[in-house]
Amino acid sequence: MSNVSKIMESMDYGPSVEDSAAVRDWLKAKSPFGHFIGGKFQKPGKTFASSNPSTGEALAEVSQGTPADVEAAVKAARKAQKGWAALSGSERARYLYAIARHVQKRERFLSVLETLDNGKPIRESRDIDIPLVARHFYHHAGWAELRDAEFPGHAPLGVCGQIIPWNFPLLMLAWKIAPALAAGNTVVLKPAEYTSLTALAFAEICQEVGLPAGVVNIVTGDGATGAAIVEAEVDKIAFTGSTEVGRAIAAKLSGTGRKLTLELGGKSPFIVMEDADLDAAVEGVVDSIWFNQGQVCCAGSRILVAEAVAGRFEALLNARMAKLIVGPPLDKSTDIGAIVDPVQKDRIQAICRAATDAGAELVGGQPGEGCYIAPGYLKNIAPANPGMVEEIFGPIATLSTFRTADEAVELANNTRYGLAGSVWSESATVATDLAARIKAGVIWINCANMFDAAAPFGGYRESGFGREGGFTGMLDYLAEPPVKPRKEPEAGAAQTAPGGDGQGGGIDRTAKLYIGGAQKRPDGGANYAVPGGMAPLGSRKDIRNAVEAAAKAGKWAGMGGHARAQVLYYIAENLSARADEFAKRSSKAEVQAAIARAFHYAAWADKFDGRNVQAKPAHLVNLLPEPYGVIGIACPNDQPLSGFMSLVMPAIAMGNAVVVVPAQDDPLPVLDLYQIFDTSDLPGGVVNIVTGPKDELAKVLAAHDEVAGLWYVGDRSGLAGVEQAAGGNLKPVWSPAHRDWTGGQAQGREFLRQATQTKTIWLPYGALPAGTGSAAY
Amino acid sequence: MTATTRNPGTALRPDWFEAIRINTPAVERRAATLPARRSLKKDWQAAWLLNAVRCIDLTTLAGDDTEDRVARLCSKAMQPIAPELLEAMGVEGLTTGAVCVYPTMVAAAKRALGNSGVPVASVATGFPAGLMPLDLRLAEIRYAVDQGADEIDIVITRAHVLQGDWAALYDEVSAMREACGASKMKAILATGDLKSLENVAKASHVAMQAGSDWIKTSTGKEGVNATLPVSLVMCRTIRDYQALSGNTVGFKPAGGLRTAKDAIAWQVLMKEELGRDWLRPDLFRIGASSLLGDIERQISHHVTGRYAAAHRQAIA
Repeated sequence: MSNVSKIMESMDYGPSVEDSAAVRDWLKAKSPFGHFIGGKFQKPGKTFASSNPSTGEALAEVSQGTPADVEAAVKAARKAQKGWAALSGSERARYLYAIARHVQKRERFLSVLETLDNGKPIRESRDIDIPLVARHFYHHAGWAELRDAEFPGHAPLGVCGQIIPWNFPLLMLAWKIAPALAAGNTVVLKPAEYTSLTALAFAEICQEVGLPAGVVNIVTGDGATGAAIVEAEVDKIAFTGSTEVGRAIAAKLSGTGRKLTLELGGKSPFIVMEDADLDAAVEGVVDSIWFNQGQVCCAGSRILVAEAVAGRFEALLNARMAKLIVGPPLDKSTDIGAIVDPVQKDRIQAICRAATDAGAELVGGQPGEGCYIAPGYLKNIAPANPGMVEEIFGPIATLSTFRTADEAVELANNTRYGLAGSVWSESATVATDLAARIKAGVIWINCANMFDAAAPFGGYRESGFGREGGFTGMLDYLAEPPVKPRKEPEAGAAQTAPGGDGQGGGIDRTAKLYIGGAQKRPDGGANYAVPGGMAPLGSRKDIRNAVEAAAKAGKWAGMGGHARAQVLYYIAENLSARADEFAKRSSKAEVQAAIARAFHYAAWADKFDGRNVQAKPAHLVNLLPEPYGVIGIACPNDQPLSGFMSLVMPAIAMGNAVVVVPAQDDPLPVLDLYQIFDTSDLPGGVVNIVTGPKDELAKVLAAHDEVAGLWYVGDRSGLAGVEQAAGGNLKPVWSPAHRDWTGGQAQGREFLRQATQTKTIWLPYGALPAGTGSAAY
Repeated sequence: MTATTRNPGTALRPDWFEAIRINTPAVERRAATLPARRSLKKDWQAAWLLNAVRCIDLTTLAGDDTEDRVARLCSKAMQPIAPELLEAMGVEGLTTGAVCVYPTMVAAAKRALGNSGVPVASVATGFPAGLMPLDLRLAEIRYAVDQGADEIDIVITRAHVLQGDWAALYDEVSAMREACGASKMKAILATGDLKSLENVAKASHVAMQAGSDWIKTSTGKEGVNATLPVSLVMCRTIRDYQALSGNTVGFKPAGGLRTAKDAIAWQVLMKEELGRDWLRPDLFRIGASSLLGDIERQISHHVTGRYAAAHRQAIA
C-alpha cells in the first residue's frame, strides 16, 4: 500500500514542522550575545546558555548582567532621555510606527525564535504573540502622537527599569516598552533568563529603525540582574512576574519615592453558569489554562461550574482535552508545547502532588519525557487544597461546583489574587452582574484570555497594581503636573496626657473617635493634649475596629454616584450652615476649602466615568473605575480641616469607605465633623476617624489585609514604614505631596484616579454569524 | 463504502434541544482557529485532499442541465483525478462520493454511472424553496426513488423553524423519510435562511429525530451557504444526538466549499469535533462542483512539482 493510501486509511495529520533554519543561522552568527546598551551590542561578559526547552539543546549564549552593566545601561538611558522627551509626539510616533512595521516584516522570524526559546506552540507565537506585539507598537505610536493633547501638563517619568517574565517574552517587552517610549521615557529592560533571545532580536530592530542610542537598553541576566535594576537610579520600576518577587521589589522601593507598577500572579475564576453555552465554555478552558502550557498569569485556572450542568460540562471537557495534541512546539499542529524549563516542570508536578496528597483527584496531567506535561485538571478539590490556592502555572485547572450565583461569586473571590475572571452565561443580566461582583482587573464574559493594546490589563489585590494598555496604561508612565510643595510641620509626641480640658465655660465636651457612625472612646482609654483640649489616643485596636466598620459599609458603593453626590452636597450644606463655628476652631479659609471639597466631589460623584474602548470589532470593552473598598488615609499634620476633606471627599465620592488618621497635632476640628456627617445621611462606617500618632497608626492600616489602598501624606521616613507594611497584601500606596490644601491644587481628577482601580470587561456580541446580518456598529 | 446502518430516528423529543444555548461569537472563534490549529503537508495533504474527493457529491443543479451534461458529470465522478496522478501516488479506484442531480436527471445519471458503484443522489421536495404542497413533494421523492436514486436530498420548510413549530417540522421530515424507502435521506436545513445558530441547532435535532441519515447545510441557492460556524454547530448536534439516541448521523456541507483549503478545513472540523469516522463518505459528504477542479490542481502540483492549468484537466 502506498504511503498516501495508508494515510487515507488512518487520516492522521502527520508532521508539519516550521522551518527554523534562518533563525538558527542568525543565532549562530550572533551568539554569544552581549547586552544592548546605548544603541550598541556590548562585548559579551560572563555568559549562560539559553536553551530550547523542547529538546534541551543550547540555542545561544547570553550575558549575565552585572551591577556595572546595569549602571552603564541606566547611564545610557539617562543620557538619551532628555533628547527623546524633547522630540515632538509625532517624531516619537514615527519611531514606534517603524518598530511596529519592522516587527511585522519579521513576524515569521520572531515567531520561530520565540517558539524555539520558550517552547510555546508555533501557532500561538505566530497567531497571537507576535501580531499582538505589532498591534501594541501601532497603538502606542498613536499615544505618542496624541500625548500632549490627551495628557496636558503631564511629563515623562524619566528612566524606567522594566523586568519581564518568560511566558510571553516579546509580548511582555512590547507591553513595557511601547507605553514607556510613547510617553517620552527611556528604558532599561531585562528579559527573563530563560527567554532573552527575542528581546535581543528586538534590539536589532531598534538599530534598524534608527532609534536614538540609549532610548532602549536591554540587559540580560537572572534575578540578580533584576535586583540590580531595582537598586539602580531609575525613576520607575515596572515588573511582571511572581507575587513573591513583586513583594520583595515593593519592599526594596519603599520610601524611595520611585514609581512602581506590578503585574503579578493569579488564580483566576472561570465561572460556568447553568445557562452557558457549554461547548463555548469548554473552548474557553482551552483558551485559558491549556493555552501557552497554562503558563499564563491571568489563566482561568479555577473552573467553577453550576451543579446543574457539572456532569455534562465535565464530559465535554474530557472529550475536548483528549483531542489536544501535546508535541514539538515547532509543529504547526501542536496545541500544547514544552514547559519553559525543567525547574518549572518540577514545580508544577510538586503542586499537583501536594494537591492529590491533600485529597484531590488529578485527571490527565501526566508528565511526558522532557519538558512536557499533558493537559489536566484537579477535581474533588477543597477550597484550602494547595492546588486550589497556589498558582500552578502549568496546564492544570481545578474543577469544582457551586449551587447559586452568590455562591459562585463567593468562591470566585475566595483568593488573595484578583487578576482576571471569566464568566459564561447566555444571560446578559446574569453575566454583567457577576462581572461587577468579581474582584479582578479583567473580566471576560463568554470569552477568555482576550488581549488588546487598547484594553488595560492589570490586577486587584495581590495580583498587583497599575495597568498596561490604552489611556489608563499611559498614565502609569507619566507624571502629574507638579504641585507647589509645602513643608509639613513636624509632629509632636502624641502621648497620654493627664486629664484636663482646655475649654473654658459651658458644658464639658469630650472628643471621641468616630467609628461605624458612632462616637467611641479609644480602646486604651487615653487622650493626648492638642490645641483646644484633649484628643483620644487611638491604637491598633481602634484601627482594627474602624476597618471592620468600614468593611461593613459596602452598600455605599452600591448606592450609585447620584445618591452619593446628594450626601456630599448635604455635607457641604450642613458645613456651610456652621461655617462660622468651624472657622473658630480652624480658619475661615480652611472651612471654605472644606465646603468647596464636598461640593466639588459631589459634582464628580456621578461623572468620573469609565470608557468604552475599541479593542476589537463586535466586542464591547468597557473600562469601569471601581472603588478599592477600604482605603486608609493618613492626613498631613497641617491644615486639619481642608487636608482631611481634600483626601476624604474624593475617596468616598468614588464609593470607598475610609479610615482616616487626621492631623496628628490638631485633630479636633476634624472630630467635630462627625456631627456634620451624622446629619447629612452619610451611612455609618463610610468615614471612620482615629486620632493619634500618624505614622504608627498608618503602619497598622498599611499592614491590615482588609485595607485595599493607602494614602499617606508625610515625609520619606514615614512613607518608608508605611510602604514596607503595605507589602503584606501588596496594596498600592499613594503619597501626594504636602501642599496648600486650601488651594486649587488640592482637588481634581488625580484624586479620583487614585481612589479607583480600573476593571476591564470584555463582552463579545453577535446575534447572527458574521456575514448573515448587517454590521451593528 | 456505503453504510449498512441507517438512522432510525426517534420520537419527537423537544427536551433534547429546547434548552440549547449557543454563543455565536464563541462559535465563530472556534471556527476561525480550527483550521489554524492543524496543518497538513506533503503526502498527508495529498491524502486528505483525495479523501475529500471521496466525499464529494459532485453536483449539477441548474436549469439548463441536459442528459449529456449529466453524463459528463458522471464520467468525472468515476474518474475525478487524472489516472497518471493517482498512479503516481499509488491510489486506486478513487471516485467521488456520489453525483447529485435533479429528479428528471436521475435515470440519465444511473445509465452513465453503470456499475461503477457511484451512488446517485437526487434533490427532491420542491428544491430549493420547498414551498410546494406536501403531497406533491412526497410524490417527487417517490418519483426520484423510482428512477433509481440511491439518496434523496430533501429541503425542509423554513417557516416551521422560524415559527418554532417543531411538531410540524418533525411530521414533514418523517413523512419524507418514509417516502424515501430504502434510499438514504439528507435533510437540507437551508441554514442561510434560518440565520441564528440556535435555529440551526434545533432544526438539526428535529431532522435527526425524524430519521435523516445526513443533515445538510444548504441548497447552494441561499444567500449564505455552508460556513464553518454553521457546520460546527451542526456537528455538535450530531454528537449530542448520538449520545442521546445511540444513532449515528452524517453531515453534508454544501455550497461555499470551493478551494482545496476549504476541503482541508472542513475535514479538520469533522475529525476534531466528531472523529475519524466522519471522514468516510457514509458520514461525510461535500456538496460541490468547482471544488474538485481546485483539488485536482493541488494534487497535480503535489505529484509533478509544477503548477497546473485548468485547461489541462478534464472538466466535469
